[in-house]
Amino acid sequence: MSAPLLSIEDVAVELPTPRGNLRAVDHVDLALEAGRTLGIVGESGCGKTMLSRAILQLLPKKAKLTGRVMFDGQDLVRLDAESLRRLRGRDLAVVFQDPMTSLNPVLTIGTQLMETIQEHLELDAPAARKRSIELLAAVGIPAPEQRLAQYPHQCSGGMRQRIAIAIALSCEPKLLIADEPTTALDVTIQAQILDLLAREQRRRHMAMILITHDLGVVAGRADEVAVMYAGRVVERAPTPALFKRMHMPYTEALLAAIPKLETAPHTPLPAISGRPPDPTRPLQGCSFAPRCRYAAGRCHQAKPELTGAEMPGHLYACFHPIQMAEGLDA
Amino acid sequence: MMQVAARAKSDEPLLKVDNLVVEYGLGNKIVHAVSGVSLDVARGETLGLVGESGCGKSTLGRAVLQLRRATSGRVLFDGEDLTAMQGEPLRKMRRRVQLIFQDPIASLNPRRRIGDIVAEPLIIAGIKDAEKRTQLVHEVLSAVGLDPDLVVGRLPHEFSGGQCQRISIARSLVLNPEFIVCDEPVSALDVSIRAQILNLLEEMKARFGLTLLFIAHDLAVVKAVSDRVAVMYLGRLCEVGPSEQLFAKPAHPYTALLLEAIPVPDPDVRPAGSVATGEPPSPIAPPSGCRFRTRCPRADQRCAAQMPELREVAPGQLAACHHPLT
Repeated sequence: MSAPLLSIEDVAVELPTPRGNLRAVDHVDLALEAGRTLGIVGESGCGKTMLSRAILQLLPKKAKLTGRVMFDGQDLVRLDAESLRRLRGRDLAVVFQDPMTSLNPVLTIGTQLMETIQEHLELDAPAARKRSIELLAAVGIPAPEQRLAQYPHQCSGGMRQRIAIAIALSCEPKLLIADEPTTALDVTIQAQILDLLAREQRRRHMAMILITHDLGVVAGRADEVAVMYAGRVVERAPTPALFKRMHMPYTEALLAAIPKLETAPHTPLPAISGRPPDPTRPLQGCSFAPRCRYAAGRCHQAKPELTGAEMPGHLYACFHPIQMAEGLDA
Repeated sequence: MMQVAARAKSDEPLLKVDNLVVEYGLGNKIVHAVSGVSLDVARGETLGLVGESGCGKSTLGRAVLQLRRATSGRVLFDGEDLTAMQGEPLRKMRRRVQLIFQDPIASLNPRRRIGDIVAEPLIIAGIKDAEKRTQLVHEVLSAVGLDPDLVVGRLPHEFSGGQCQRISIARSLVLNPEFIVCDEPVSALDVSIRAQILNLLEEMKARFGLTLLFIAHDLAVVKAVSDRVAVMYLGRLCEVGPSEQLFAKPAHPYTALLLEAIPVPDPDVRPAGSVATGEPPSPIAPPSGCRFRTRCPRADQRCAAQMPELREVAPGQLAACHHPLT
């Protein structure tokens, strides 16, 4: 096995707040190889976006980051600002949730695409323009030449997200981080955008991190899934293994809480009671324990470490894992 | 009039929307937001209304409550035409119909205390007795699962999105209404909190004997709470039917497309791949004939020439399509 393209080692992010330090990311280890997709799943405030910001080195100024982010052989945490600037947008690209605010409203689509291309690739204006048109066509925008002269507000939400993807793909990135790329979109447009991302990823042999709160989105699209809760990775596994047998009660609860089409109307949903813990007041024990139906004494006193399950590559952080194979019960 | 009211008490639908049209100006153009929608909601029923953004579902919900006046058509609530009402009679009627909004934080005034926010409808309704108001506010806050003593003195920013939605629900229930329009009440919430709020709405419906119009773009969410579902596309109804039946055997190609686009939390179910092509056209210049024809795999010349009417395709299930799937 080759060395991973991206390797996140013991990354922690702390943010100072008036109420004390907020531990947004709590010692996370993850790795991703070229051409693979890692899904990161969790509720709002679980630290998934802060983790992606830590990879991109786009954290708030006051944030304190520890650990290493190895990307393509260099540690991004120790890289100087100029080298980072050259890396971002070229080898390391990102698509944000809200395509309205991630595009500049006063610049034309052409200007925004060509700016990125000319910044990173040595192309003159006509060549950059030609490339822009090709990119817009590749992401499924009809009449791409006319679109170049338009402004973001003249496009629908789905179109804007396609344009944001075109910009992200413009310099053939090695890693694309898609942070809730379809949360602001309708379900039919969501399917189109996810298809587009998958297609371009295969074509470019690009690595992708797909961040979402929806387990349904990662199920068919990610090779591996990491479930985050209160800043930590609480379960991590190849996607088929995870859905076949989830060990972390939080993952199970998250999946159960999604309304299913097969269920009859008016069936009460298995909701997760309560809400995630206050990140400025870390719990002594497992952070899911107060909401967990399997929690017992030890869960409130000690933090379970990520440990391996019977399947290779499947890790979970729980003292009372569920769905364990016979005889392997912890 | 008296006779109508007396008859309405029996098995007449609580809400009857009759050929409702809502259009509004945009510069010198006209947006055809709702174009001739008719539907009924029976007493005690939850009707789900689904469709993509911009299909007119929220406009329809608002036009039902007279928050946006209809261009033409009628809205009969308990036998009375709301579109013909104004002033005091309309305000009296509004005590019986309420609205829950999508964004639970933005729909609460950030500078007012929770107790005052929930008491506001009582003041508007003219309940002058402050003790009585306090008592009603406490009752309704407990009903939605909040501790009144801990909550009334605090401000909205001190609460999470899920709690704010509980407060919104309390505010909508405080006047003991009969009918509530829920406009995307859970789409701004996390999966785990969404389930809590959906369960709460179901509980409140049973406890207060409510009738609901539940607007959402998520079909699975709609199915979880609805007795019947209406599917809307670009200002028109495509299909209406009992929830189970509609989801098991959609007759309109648009309903089928929406169902296929839902991501399934099961890696063995591969995404269907490009089932959904294109985007909805603009409601400023909707296509002729069937409005869905520009994205429909079954469309032919007839679909461009002739607007399909809603007709029965199975008992209780109506579809507006020249080439239905069933």
